[in-house]
Amino acid sequence: MLLQQLVNGLTLGAVYTLVALSFSLVMGLLAILNIAIGELFMLGGYLGFAVIAAHFPLAAALLIGMGGAALVALVIDKIGYEPLRQAPPITPLLSTIGFSIILQNVVTNVWGSDPLQLPSGLFDRRVHIGSVQIGVMQLVVIGVTVVLVASVALLIQKTAVGRALRAVSENREVARLLGVSADRITLFAFMLSGALAGAAGVLISLHYAAITPYIGVDTGLKAIAVMVIGGTTSVWGALIVGPLIGIAEVMTIAFGGSQMRDFVVYGLMIVTLLLRPQGLLGARSDSGQPV
Amino acid sequence: MSTYYAGLLADIGILVLGALSVYIILVTNQLSLGNAGFMAIGSYVASFLTAEQHWAVTPALIVAALTACVIGVIVGFPALRLKGIYLAIATLGFGEMVRSFFLVFTPMGGSGGYRGMPHVSLGYIWIWAAGILLLVTLLERSRLWLEMRAVHDDERAAGLVGINTTLTKVGAFGFGAAVAAIAGGLFAHHYIYIEPGNFDFQRSIDFVLAVILGGSTVGAGALVGAALLVLLPEWLRFLADWRLAAFGVMLILVLLTRPQGILDRPLLALLRLRRNRAA
Amino acid sequence: MTAMPPKAILRLDGVSKSFGGVRALRDVSIGVAQDRIVGVIGPNGAGKTTLFNVITGAHRPDAGDVTFANRPITRWPAYRIVRAGVARTFQNIRLFGSMTVWEHLIVSQRHGGSPLRKMLPGRFADREAWGRAEDALTFFGLEKYRTALARTLPYGIQRKVEMARALTAGPKLLLLDEPVAGMNRDEADDLRALLLRLSARGLSILLIEHDMAFVMNLCHELYVLDFGALIAAGPPSEIRTNPAVLDAYLGSETAC
Repeated sequence: MLLQQLVNGLTLGAVYTLVALSFSLVMGLLAILNIAIGELFMLGGYLGFAVIAAHFPLAAALLIGMGGAALVALVIDKIGYEPLRQAPPITPLLSTIGFSIILQNVVTNVWGSDPLQLPSGLFDRRVHIGSVQIGVMQLVVIGVTVVLVASVALLIQKTAVGRALRAVSENREVARLLGVSADRITLFAFMLSGALAGAAGVLISLHYAAITPYIGVDTGLKAIAVMVIGGTTSVWGALIVGPLIGIAEVMTIAFGGSQMRDFVVYGLMIVTLLLRPQGLLGARSDSGQPV
Repeated sequence: MSTYYAGLLADIGILVLGALSVYIILVTNQLSLGNAGFMAIGSYVASFLTAEQHWAVTPALIVAALTACVIGVIVGFPALRLKGIYLAIATLGFGEMVRSFFLVFTPMGGSGGYRGMPHVSLGYIWIWAAGILLLVTLLERSRLWLEMRAVHDDERAAGLVGINTTLTKVGAFGFGAAVAAIAGGLFAHHYIYIEPGNFDFQRSIDFVLAVILGGSTVGAGALVGAALLVLLPEWLRFLADWRLAAFGVMLILVLLTRPQGILDRPLLALLRLRRNRAA
Repeated sequence: MTAMPPKAILRLDGVSKSFGGVRALRDVSIGVAQDRIVGVIGPNGAGKTTLFNVITGAHRPDAGDVTFANRPITRWPAYRIVRAGVARTFQNIRLFGSMTVWEHLIVSQRHGGSPLRKMLPGRFADREAWGRAEDALTFFGLEKYRTALARTLPYGIQRKVEMARALTAGPKLLLLDEPVAGMNRDEADDLRALLLRLSARGLSILLIEHDMAFVMNLCHELYVLDFGALIAAGPPSEIRTNPAVLDAYLGSETAC
C-alpha cells in the first residue's frame, strides 16, 4: 500500500516537475511569470484526450498535445509578450492572464465544462511487482518525464541553442552584440515551455483518465511553488522538488492529513523566496532579484 | 430596481473595495496577487463577530479591518526583501496559505463553509465603497500619497530625499489589507454564506484586473474597472458562451494600447479642466 | 594635509569602502565648514560619487565615521540623514517619473508637523510647505514649468528641478554631483551666481565637479581624490600648484 502510494505520488510529482520546468524556462530567461502555462497544460490534456479517444497511439497524443500548446505559446509570445517587453514586468504577467481567460473559455466551449472521462479499459493494464500494482500509464508518465527533463537539460547545457538561451538570460544586450537574436530565442523558450506544459497535460489526463477545464489553475500554482523551491533557474531543483511534493500530496490524501499540506507547500515557497531566492539547488550568482 | 441589478451593483461595490486594496499597495510599486487572503481574513473575522458574538456589522467590519491591517504589516515586512515578479509570487503564496488554512479551520466550518451572518443592504455596501473611495481620492492629493508615488518611481531616490521607504511600503500593505478585509466582511454579509473557495487565486486576479483595466495610477480607476469587470460580461451577453474569451481579448487590447488603464492622471486633469471651463 | 576646519558641519574620519576587491575609498578624512563651498575633484573612478553615497547613507562605509552637525550619522538610514539636513543631487539626474515640477517641490519637504497632517489633501495640509515650494519655483525661475512632467523637460531645467527638490528638503548642507555637466558657459555662470547666493544665505555646499574653471572660481576649499585616497586638500590657489595633483590629475587632462 505504501509503495503503491509512493508510485502514485511519483507520477503526480513528475507532472509537477514538467510544469515547473515550463514556468522556469520563461521565468529564468525573461523574469516574467506566464500565468497561461496552467491553461497550456490543460489544453495539452484535452488535445491528448481527443487524439486518444480517436484511437490514435499515445505517441501521437503527446506530439499533438505538445505541438498545440507550443503553437498557442507562440501566439502568447508574439501578442502578449513581445510588444510589452519595455513595460514593467507585471504588464506581460497580466496579458498572460488575459490568455488564460481566453483559453479556459475556448476549451469549455469546445469540450464542455463537465469532466471528460476516457472509456475504462484503455489504459488500466497493470504490472505486478511483488505486492505492488503499477499501472502501465504511471510508468509511461514517469518515463516520458525523465526523457523530457533529460532532453531539456541536455539542450540547455550542451547545444548552441542552449548557450544562446543562457546568454540571453544573462544579458539581452550582450547576447545581441554576440549575434544572438534575442527575439528568436525568446520565442523558442516560449514554445519549448508550452510544449513541456502540453506534454504534462497529456500525461496527467491519461493518468487520471479524466480531465476538466479547471485543472490548470491548481496544478499551475503548485508548479510555481515547485519552481521557486527548486530554484527558478535550475532544471535539477524541479526534478527533486516536484516528486517530493507529489508524494507528500498523495500520502496525505491516502493516510489522512489534510489541506494543511498546501499551507506547508506555499509556506515553504515563501520561506525559500525570502531566505534562498535562488532556490534549494540554484546557483548563488542568480540571486533572483532583478532591480 | 430588480434584484438582478441589485446583485450586480453589490458585486461592483465589493469589487471596488477589492480593487482599491490592490491599488493602494500598487501605488508603492508592489503587486499583490494575494489580496483574496486579506479578504478572507476580514470575511471570517467579521462573520465570527456578528454570527457568534452578536456584534453589529459596522464594529465587526472595523475590527476585521484592523486585524487584517496588522497581518498586512506583518506580511509587508518580509515583502520588503522582494521585488516585482518575486513579490507577486510570494503574495500569491500567502493567498493560497490563507485559503488552505480556512479549509482546515473547522471552528469556522472548514471546507463546509460558514453561515449565520445578518444580511446587509445594497446601500450599506455602497456607503463603505463610496466612503473608502472618497478617502483614497482625498489622500491622493496629500503629501503622503506623493511620498508613496516617489517610492514607486524611484525607491532609492525617494530615500535620498528623506522619505522613509520602509514605513511607506509596509504601511501601504497594512492599509491595502484593511480595505480588502472590509470587502471581505461586506461579501460575507451580502451572501450570508462563505467558504474558502470564495477567496481563491481567481479572486485576487479579479482585483488586479479591475485596477489594471480601470486605471492603475488613480483611485477612480478602481471604480471604472470594477464596473467594467462586472458589467462587461453582462453587456457581452450577445456573444453567449464566448463572452469570457471576448473579455480576455479586450483585456489584452487595453494592455497593449493603454498599459496604465482607461483612467490616468492626464485624462482626469483634462476632464477637470473641461468641467472648470464649462462652469 | 588634513587641515580640519574648526567649525566643521560635516566631518568624515578615516572612511573606507570596498566593492568586492575594489577599494573605492581608502581612509578618507574631510571636513566642510559652515557656510563654505567645498569641492571634491579627481579623475574618473577616484571614488567621488562613492564618497557622496557614504555621506548620504546610500552605502555603509566599511570603516570610519561620518559626523554631521555633531551627530554620528554613519549607520543611519538614508531618509534620516536627509531629515538631519543633508540633501543631494545625482550625477545622472534622478527625478520621479510620474511627478510634475510642483510635486517634486512638495514631496521633499520635511518640516515636522504631525504625521496626520501630511495625510490632508493639498494646500489645507501645510500652507508653509505650499509657500516654500512657491519660493523655490521663483528662485529657480521654474514658474512656467509648474505643471509639466519633470522628466519631459530639457536637461538644464531638469538639473534645476533636482536642485530645487534638494533645497525644499530644507538642508543645512547641499551635496551636488557634477552640477555643471552638460551646461554651457552661460548656464554655468548662472549656476555659480546661484550657488553663491545660497552660500550667502548660510547653506554649506559640497560639490563634485570636473569643470576645473568652475571649481577654481567658486570653491573656498578643495579636496583631491585619486584611486580612492585623498592626495591633497587646501584652497584652490594651493591645489593649482600642488605637484601631486598635477601629476595625478590636472597634468593628464588640461594645463589649466
